[in-house]
Amino acid sequence: MFNKKHLALLASAGSLSLAGMATAQADTLEDTIERGAVQCGVSDGLPGFSAPDDDGNWQGLDVDVCRAVAAAVLGDADAVNYISLNAVERFTALQSGEVDLLSRNTTWTTTRDTTLGLNFTGVNFYDGQGFMVSRDLGITGADELDGASICIQSGTTTELNLADYFRANDMEFNPIVFDTSEQTVGGYQAGRCDVLTSDTSQLAALRIQLDDPEASMILSDVISKEPLGPVVRQGDDLWFNIVKWSLFAMINAEEYGVTSENAEEMRDSNNPDVARLLGQDGNYGEGMNLEADWAYNIISQVGNYAESFERNVGMDSPLEIERGVNALWNDGGFQYAPPIR
Amino acid sequence: MSVRPNIRPAGHKPPFWRDRAKRALIFQLILVAVVAAFLIYIIGNTQANLNARGITTGFGFLGNTAGFGIGQTLIEYSSQSTYGRTFVIGLLNTLLVGGLGVLAASIIGFIVGIARLSPNWLIAKLANAYIETFRNIPLLLQIFFWYFAVLRTLPSARESMAFGEAIFLNVRGLYLPQPLFESGFGLIPATFVVAIIASIVLVIWNKRRHEATGKRLPVFWMSLVIIFGLPLLILVATGVPVTWEMPVLRGFNFGGGITIIPEFLALWLALSIYTASFIAEIVRSGIQAIPHGQTEAAQALSLPRKLVLRLVVIPQALRVIIPPLTSQYLNLIKNSSLATAIGYPDLVSVFAGTTLNQTGQAIEVIAMTMAVYLIISLLVSMFMNWFNARVALVER
Repeated sequence: MFNKKHLALLASAGSLSLAGMATAQADTLEDTIERGAVQCGVSDGLPGFSAPDDDGNWQGLDVDVCRAVAAAVLGDADAVNYISLNAVERFTALQSGEVDLLSRNTTWTTTRDTTLGLNFTGVNFYDGQGFMVSRDLGITGADELDGASICIQSGTTTELNLADYFRANDMEFNPIVFDTSEQTVGGYQAGRCDVLTSDTSQLAALRIQLDDPEASMILSDVISKEPLGPVVRQGDDLWFNIVKWSLFAMINAEEYGVTSENAEEMRDSNNPDVARLLGQDGNYGEGMNLEADWAYNIISQVGNYAESFERNVGMDSPLEIERGVNALWNDGGFQYAPPIR
Repeated sequence: MSVRPNIRPAGHKPPFWRDRAKRALIFQLILVAVVAAFLIYIIGNTQANLNARGITTGFGFLGNTAGFGIGQTLIEYSSQSTYGRTFVIGLLNTLLVGGLGVLAASIIGFIVGIARLSPNWLIAKLANAYIETFRNIPLLLQIFFWYFAVLRTLPSARESMAFGEAIFLNVRGLYLPQPLFESGFGLIPATFVVAIIASIVLVIWNKRRHEATGKRLPVFWMSLVIIFGLPLLILVATGVPVTWEMPVLRGFNFGGGITIIPEFLALWLALSIYTASFIAEIVRSGIQAIPHGQTEAAQALSLPRKLVLRLVVIPQALRVIIPPLTSQYLNLIKNSSLATAIGYPDLVSVFAGTTLNQTGQAIEVIAMTMAVYLIISLLVSMFMNWFNARVALVER
């Protein structure tokens, strides 16, 4: 907890100090191949996005990005070392090289993209901040929350949005800031606060962990834009491209109807888009120093975006989040990947 | 065996490497140079690495708008305040829990430590049980216990425990009435100060008189009466120029009055109770370090029991108690950073937590935080060293 976090921060700050001057341009791809595994930073347990299942295997929408990159680079989606990070540790861990890829429900903002030496590679989930309240308070909208005590997780954009929203609406609130999402839920359940605020997807995940999920409800108001996506270090464009296109491959696969089930047969497809995606027509992995079947490996081992979504957070999961804005662009949503050609 | 006299002819100087003083100086210089070179290398290297990775550095961020809320602020703060302000808010919250923690831990610790030596079997065993229980459970667990286990049993805001419609206790904290001072109230603190000065004069006068004539007055009780009685008299005479703002249930929570948040209560209790168990042992060992002969000798001079303790045992015991007590105070202040686990907005939670994450300036923020704890600790040990020097045995 405290000690672990601060040791990690200190260690990271220390390694920033001691890292050799010569390693300005790190070759993450080469290091990953040599290691035989992708170093992937994930959350400290958020069901649907990144959490270990009963057998101790990491599962989730964010975990699938790690797996996709491992499949593209190493041909094996299981070749991932998962490093669990809390909200405060995550950027330092990526900056210092403890992880090579951060896939941890992280909101893309200007500050994070431009001042931390990091790059966001895309958006794997469009989210927004919402509120969870106890049903017996009888509240129906966020505008009735004046004077409420609100539990938040430290180090998130949520803290800033919350203050903005209450100021803009001329309301007062009393923030209680916890270190991990587990403690935040603990505070909410103990009745320390009236409201728990976070991204709506996380609220859905946290709600099913409550002792009595039915006693709480998520308000329909969404007060912010929270595009969540994978993050890499700045300065290694090759690695940046690999991570970016691993996610695009999954989204394109959904658009072209390629799934983990039919990827094998689709290799013989006459559709030129599918042929290029699966490496049967030209070698689009070459520019990323990858094999021609990089995207085929992703889709056959991890699945396309729709499969990953439904399995982890959608209707096949306990969270039961609707596709909504996360549907494909031609289906009324925002998910849009540039073409492979 | 003959001893060669170590006398050199006048005017003949030894080579510098044979001169102990010079040699020591040279080694010191080399050491300083090595340390300085290491620091320059580390700082330069960090700077170069940060630049190479495109990470913004410097302390400019302290002037930017913070944009987040904080649960307990001792001074004016809004989400429009700067990151520099969040540093001050966090620091004050740390000092508050640290200062009150030291006070409470000392009081509990001294009482339990003396109780441990009580001839009363039950009291001694109870004190012993207290020490062994709280000393041997990790502090973080104790904080969680007070926060999650004790807090959960408290009623919700709408079903608060009320003490005379003025004090309310619920899961959101302790609500007290807030005094609002009217004009003319300034007289009371002024009287208070005058009363304190008067008691100091009284004590000094009493000491001189005692030394001169051997007579003494019960100055302790007299001072108490002066310090608390005089302001009270003035208060009544001026018609009590104070109104109380009562906490009232509004919507979700109580409004008005003073709120003591449960995070503070939990942390304060846990820190005080935990540290007190160590202080109790220090006090016990300090008292037991004084040979019984000292007490007997004092009694043989027919000193009353109270004076035996005050003039003979305690001054000597303090010499043993103060140095380890300092360490406990330092521990308590540093342990207060565990606040982050239960959401008490201390320096680590607010500044090294939220501010660090919103700005990403890990090195600057952590360096500032470490410097603060270092400075607080050094100041406390400076004070305690001064105090220790005062109570140290003066050899004649």
